[in-house]
Amino acid sequence: MFEKMTIEDCLNSDRERLIEESLERIKTIDPLIKSFITVAQEVALKEGPYKGIPIAVKDNITTKGLRTTCASKILENYIPPYDATCVKRLKDYGFAIVGKTNMDEFAMGSSTERSAFFTTRNPWNTQCVPGGSSGGSAAAVASGQVIAALGSDTGGSVRQPASFCGVVGFKPTYGLVSRYGLIAFASSLDQVGPITKSVRDAALIMDIIAGRDPFDSTTVRRKIDFLSQLEEDIAGMRFAIPEEVYEYEQLDEEVAQRFDEAIKLAEKLGAIVQRVRIPTMRFAVATYYVIAPAEASSNLARYDGVKYGLRVEENGLKGTYMKTRNIGFGEEVRRRIVLGTFTLSAAYYEAYFNKAQKVRMLLSKDVNQVLEKFDAILTPTSPVPAFKIGSVSDPLTYYLMDVFTVPANLVGIPAISIPFGFAHDLPVGLQIMGKRFEDAKVLRIARSFEKKSSYNENGRIPIPVVRI
Amino acid sequence: MSYRTVVGLEIHVQLMTKTKAFCSCRADVFELPPNTAICPVCTGQPGALPIVNSSMIDYAVKIALALNCVIHEYSRFDRKNYFYPDLPKGYQITQYFYPVATDGYLNIDVDGQIKKIRIRRLHIEEDAGKLIHEGDSITQAQYSLVDMNRCGIPLVEIVTEPDLSSPREARIFVEKLRSILRYLDVSSGDMEKGALRCDANISVVDELKGIQSNRVEVKNMNSFRFIEKALEYEEQRIIEVLKSGGTVEKETRGWDLATKTTVSMRGKEEESDYRYFPEPDIPPIIISQDRIDQIRSALVELPDQKIDRFVTQYRIPKYDATVLAANKEIADFYEECVKLIDKPKEVSNWIMTEMLREMKQLETEQINISPAHLVELFFLMEKGEISIKMAKEIFPEIFKTGKMPKQIIEEKGMRQISDEKVIEEIIKKAMTQNPKAVEQYKSGKTNILGYFVGQVMKETKGSANPQIVNEIARRLLEG
Repeated sequence: MFEKMTIEDCLNSDRERLIEESLERIKTIDPLIKSFITVAQEVALKEGPYKGIPIAVKDNITTKGLRTTCASKILENYIPPYDATCVKRLKDYGFAIVGKTNMDEFAMGSSTERSAFFTTRNPWNTQCVPGGSSGGSAAAVASGQVIAALGSDTGGSVRQPASFCGVVGFKPTYGLVSRYGLIAFASSLDQVGPITKSVRDAALIMDIIAGRDPFDSTTVRRKIDFLSQLEEDIAGMRFAIPEEVYEYEQLDEEVAQRFDEAIKLAEKLGAIVQRVRIPTMRFAVATYYVIAPAEASSNLARYDGVKYGLRVEENGLKGTYMKTRNIGFGEEVRRRIVLGTFTLSAAYYEAYFNKAQKVRMLLSKDVNQVLEKFDAILTPTSPVPAFKIGSVSDPLTYYLMDVFTVPANLVGIPAISIPFGFAHDLPVGLQIMGKRFEDAKVLRIARSFEKKSSYNENGRIPIPVVRI
Repeated sequence: MSYRTVVGLEIHVQLMTKTKAFCSCRADVFELPPNTAICPVCTGQPGALPIVNSSMIDYAVKIALALNCVIHEYSRFDRKNYFYPDLPKGYQITQYFYPVATDGYLNIDVDGQIKKIRIRRLHIEEDAGKLIHEGDSITQAQYSLVDMNRCGIPLVEIVTEPDLSSPREARIFVEKLRSILRYLDVSSGDMEKGALRCDANISVVDELKGIQSNRVEVKNMNSFRFIEKALEYEEQRIIEVLKSGGTVEKETRGWDLATKTTVSMRGKEEESDYRYFPEPDIPPIIISQDRIDQIRSALVELPDQKIDRFVTQYRIPKYDATVLAANKEIADFYEECVKLIDKPKEVSNWIMTEMLREMKQLETEQINISPAHLVELFFLMEKGEISIKMAKEIFPEIFKTGKMPKQIIEEKGMRQISDEKVIEEIIKKAMTQNPKAVEQYKSGKTNILGYFVGQVMKETKGSANPQIVNEIARRLLEG
């Protein structure tokens, strides 16, 4: 069955038919899920070890000649003149990009409700959000429209939607995957990551997209072997559980139960689990919402109606700037631009931006110290499962849901979300965070949970049944 | 003097690296058709990222060494945020918090007095594009076009302390700086083409009242002359305001070529907040001591060092050495010539007066002739085939056409009269015509000799060999 197939399954099947099956499935299922902003008109079958395997790419990653909108009116008709490095590498290996997926505008959001075009539905319950901002990619994979997808993760944007949709989402160590062609939201936090139906698939994609890129000077020269240790067990490993998880008031009870089950499983597999304190963790969300909007306010300055994208003319240069940006950007994007402009202004730079940078350093120190003694830190990916579309309107409540995912971005460490059971009939994600550049170990731990989780069958995660 | 002028400069220098600051587009874009040296990076396409051009760092280190700066092992890029159509990313990549170098100085020569001008900082940044307004001026234009060729050309910004005390000193400083940049071969330093751009901060201290005026920033001074003119104008304007008891506004003014005045561009209330913050796309720049040492050891001899060497090696006056060393090509030309003509002072005189005059007249900075031209000219003079006067006469043509001196002499049929008989005849004739002068000479007024020499020159239209004329005249008068 196409919709359940992983990359590994594809390797042993008729490659000539996969693209067609994907496009077929998009045609029938996607009107209900609405995960794609753009579906490619023609998808060429290219040679390579992964020839013909259909994947989706989040719409903030440039694809040469294929419209890339960032789910924003301001880039509604933008056709990039170049491929992102990660896209180019996947194409070179034969992967076929069948379309560009929906997201919160400029990746600012956790539900795809902030897309300028439409909201994507959760394949497990179409009344619910798929999470975000890579909600389109997660929903497209979970509903079996594509074999895998690329997302981007600035504060949890790969892991949280993967958790909401019951698939695997991996955020690599900062600097491992090139950001060239990833349309910047917050440059010091952004990282491209795979969304897949298995941990091995995530490792396979990482093996291709990771590595030094001369076009991104924040990438590092470091070879990581993602695959050879993947199946090894975790006996004797040490896992840290932050007390702060249990102190979080909005933690859903059923999510907490699944989390406890995951800990029990770890112990059963021979791991040593210990509670720890990471005191600065409670400042992570506040720190994130200073740094990310500050960088965003600068990164989004280029959308001015002069060179490309939307232009709405009004009296004079300033008028055109204002009108273009007012109409071109949605409310959430404008909110964050205003926030970031404020915290970077000369009068508040010290009090906000610089202080946030200092807190970021302290948090990094705290987290890295824990990781000196432990192999990984475990938390639920999100304190709650997928929520009903339109049910969260207060920005603060919305931002606070990022509590468990933002630390990995601030510290730059690898983190994965894997499905681990259900809460209120919706998927729950388990998050595993590791040391910088120990991405392979994080994947190996995730694979052990995936193999032994009682919610999986033969080590395979359950896939929702989506019917029209 | 009860008024003292205080000037500080901010100078932008375009570097002549092969490629732009943060992408692989060519950096030599002058006179290229608009938007033909561009790429996703320098046009600010979504998702594009900057990559540091490492030779740009080397060039900056070279300049910093020449300006006696402290070069920092750790420096960093920052973003300067503002909106303008010539700035495709909406921010300029610059160095604000941690510049590559600080605390340097440059000695300038003001009427023989050495004055030390301190350099506050030196940092690297990228240039913006160019706007072309379709109409007479920016306010009249129907629309404007953007040329992004210049976007991302590497710049070094040099900021001085307010150590300059006159418009002339400001000009001397910039001239000296340009000379150094050319010596280092890091910039054309061409002000007309915008490769060297100078802004000035000027204020005036009323010494009697003990108050200092607000600082005024002056822009648009795109030649050495305009730097001096604009600052002279501004200096006077500020003094007038102070005299009338008014307050000098803290503002930015531009030099207006048409009216030869400075006009207000923007006031204090329009000052921008650039929201500087560290550029997250570029890791910090680490410059090792090894790299600095390597660049230092490969550094060419700089003007001041050359002046000292010329004075000791060629025994020419410091003034001569200073004039020659101001332009590296001229200094090199001088040395080539001196190798072949062992007359350092005479060669220096010739270059300083005859050759520089020609270059000025032709408005060129190119030396159109080779040392061989000068060598031949000196050889002909020495042999007495031509007089100094004749040599001076034909030099412009040598310089303009590049023809060898001999060829020109032959073409013109010029030849010095060294024939003693001819000269004797003329002098004898003059002696019989003016016996009084002969008497005077014999009574001891020997400087009347000049009269007879003059007569010969007049008769021969200046083509007689003066040395021979002198000798013969003396012999005949004394005999």
